[in-house]
Amino acid sequence: MSHATATAEHIPTEARDRPPAGIVGPWAWLRANLLGSWWSTAITLVLGYVIVRVVVSLVAWGVLHAVWSVPYGPTGIADTSACQNAKGYGACWAVLADKYRLILFGRYPYEEQWRPAIVVLLFIGLFIVSGMRRFWRKELVLIWIATLAAVGVLMWGGVFGLSLVTEDYWGGLPITLILATFGLAFSFPLAVLVALGRRSTRLPAVKMLCVLYVEIIRGVPLISVLFMASVMFPLFMPAGVNVDKLLRAQIAFILFAGAYLAEVVRGGLQALPRGQAEAADALGLSYWKKTGLIILPQALRLVIPPLVNTFIGFFKDTSLVLIIGLFDLLTMGKVALSDPPWQSFSTEVYIGLAVIYIAFCFAMSKYSRGLERDLNRSRTR
Amino acid sequence: MQNNELSGPPAITLDKVNKWFGSLHVLRDVSLTVAEKERVVVCGPSGSGKSTMIRCINRLETHQEGRIVVDGTELTDDLRALDTVRREVGMVFQSFNLFPHLTILENCTLAPIWVRKMPRAEAEAVAMGYLERVKIPEQAKKYPGQLSGGQQQRVAIARALCMKPKIMLFDEPTSALDPEMIKEVLDTMIGLADDGMTMVCVTHEMGFARQVAHRVVFMDLGEIVESGAPRELFENPRTDRLKLFLSQILRGH
Repeated sequence: MSHATATAEHIPTEARDRPPAGIVGPWAWLRANLLGSWWSTAITLVLGYVIVRVVVSLVAWGVLHAVWSVPYGPTGIADTSACQNAKGYGACWAVLADKYRLILFGRYPYEEQWRPAIVVLLFIGLFIVSGMRRFWRKELVLIWIATLAAVGVLMWGGVFGLSLVTEDYWGGLPITLILATFGLAFSFPLAVLVALGRRSTRLPAVKMLCVLYVEIIRGVPLISVLFMASVMFPLFMPAGVNVDKLLRAQIAFILFAGAYLAEVVRGGLQALPRGQAEAADALGLSYWKKTGLIILPQALRLVIPPLVNTFIGFFKDTSLVLIIGLFDLLTMGKVALSDPPWQSFSTEVYIGLAVIYIAFCFAMSKYSRGLERDLNRSRTR
Repeated sequence: MQNNELSGPPAITLDKVNKWFGSLHVLRDVSLTVAEKERVVVCGPSGSGKSTMIRCINRLETHQEGRIVVDGTELTDDLRALDTVRREVGMVFQSFNLFPHLTILENCTLAPIWVRKMPRAEAEAVAMGYLERVKIPEQAKKYPGQLSGGQQQRVAIARALCMKPKIMLFDEPTSALDPEMIKEVLDTMIGLADDGMTMVCVTHEMGFARQVAHRVVFMDLGEIVESGAPRELFENPRTDRLKLFLSQILRGH
């Protein structure tokens, strides 16, 4: 490359497709990150050894030496001696094989358990359909109403030739999904209204109400809200009015989640540049049109990470209904373990439960990343 | 610029308008009348209240004392009257304020569809007409984030025009632009002026003021200090404050 002079032509440098090999590529990454220095190499070897040991022993415990099923005695009681002998050495997945229906469906009558099974599939289907953006039209509301009606019909029965099953027999995964789905579906619009109300400049009474609601709910643990809903609420009702326990728990959830989500939404509303609202005002848009068309679409996009965070947290908080005597998925796990032959295999049961929770939570998490990528495509040049 | 074609009831009247931000007195007895089809440029140092004044005209800021009458309607706390005023007053901001989650075309058709209740096809035809006028019809399906600053500001002008306002307000429209893009925006505004739009423009572009404005208003410390035809104001400033301001911005031009 020659020094430029006043009269020399500038010869452009050719653009090359990629940096030279040895700077990028897997082997280069390995060298840079894991084997960069003596210290780095030493730590890599030590941790590598530890990881391999742990993985090998987990595989040995969980797969190679595991007991997958046990024989049943003449009275139908399981003979778990094989599992007992393998304790500490091999996992006893037989407990899940034996107890899965109890854990998943609670005390629901055995022959009718196809109904809650369909309910679980309906919920999963509902989530998948709601997630796909091409279904984001007004008809989605109808789909939700229809699905929730179908869930009600299947769980209760009493119509279409289905036998009646009252809520005290409901349990397991359907309870978790009902509480979580209804809870988050109703608390989200409530949260948006509360967040908007809290930022209202024209209606001080509404603003104060919203502030009080959020601060009081956030000041008490969910357990105490559930407790109050289940124990104290009936005391305030006139005699003879009996609000069903599941409904009380559901309302408690909606109120609780609503307060937390309201603050998340408010964060998004605050983060939006003032100029957006001003431009909408200058065009003559009324408050609700401005909020619905300009403010909320942008504000909600900004807070997808904390929203999904809250959703995932509340999905798992449904397990607290144990306190008020409702049997969700986690509670049924504990009930299953109270059976004498299986009492010592809590690890395996909880691993099974964890897999179910992880499946739902991971799906939510993965979906949110996809949603963020899609919605924010318009932001990048 | 001839003043003889300006007659009839004023488009904008500010009558002894006072405004405070807390205890800061930002507009002091501001009185201004803008006739229909008149083009007024407002200039002044920063903090002089020129942006605040123009934002009071469509009530993005509220005044505490005095009267503001726009297009025959007085600005008060009455929301419905305010909506009718805002429909007839278009505004272009320094930071463009396009809606990033909508395409350019959707940005322009949003208000006509939702405020003027125009059917979508008609709104899109109107929008494409104005996008052609600001010379960027090919960008209609893109998002604001994909456009340059000059293009975004021209879209903002088109968006305001789609509501077919009677008055256009410009709040430092070129102050956030790279120098090479300022010309394309100013050319668009000159085209608007040639079509007889009533314009109030806060700007530092004195060449534009000379070419287009009927009147230049100089503000400092919240009050109107001098006002008159551009040539008069720039060549024969009467007050020291205006002389100081001109020496600072004209910098030997």
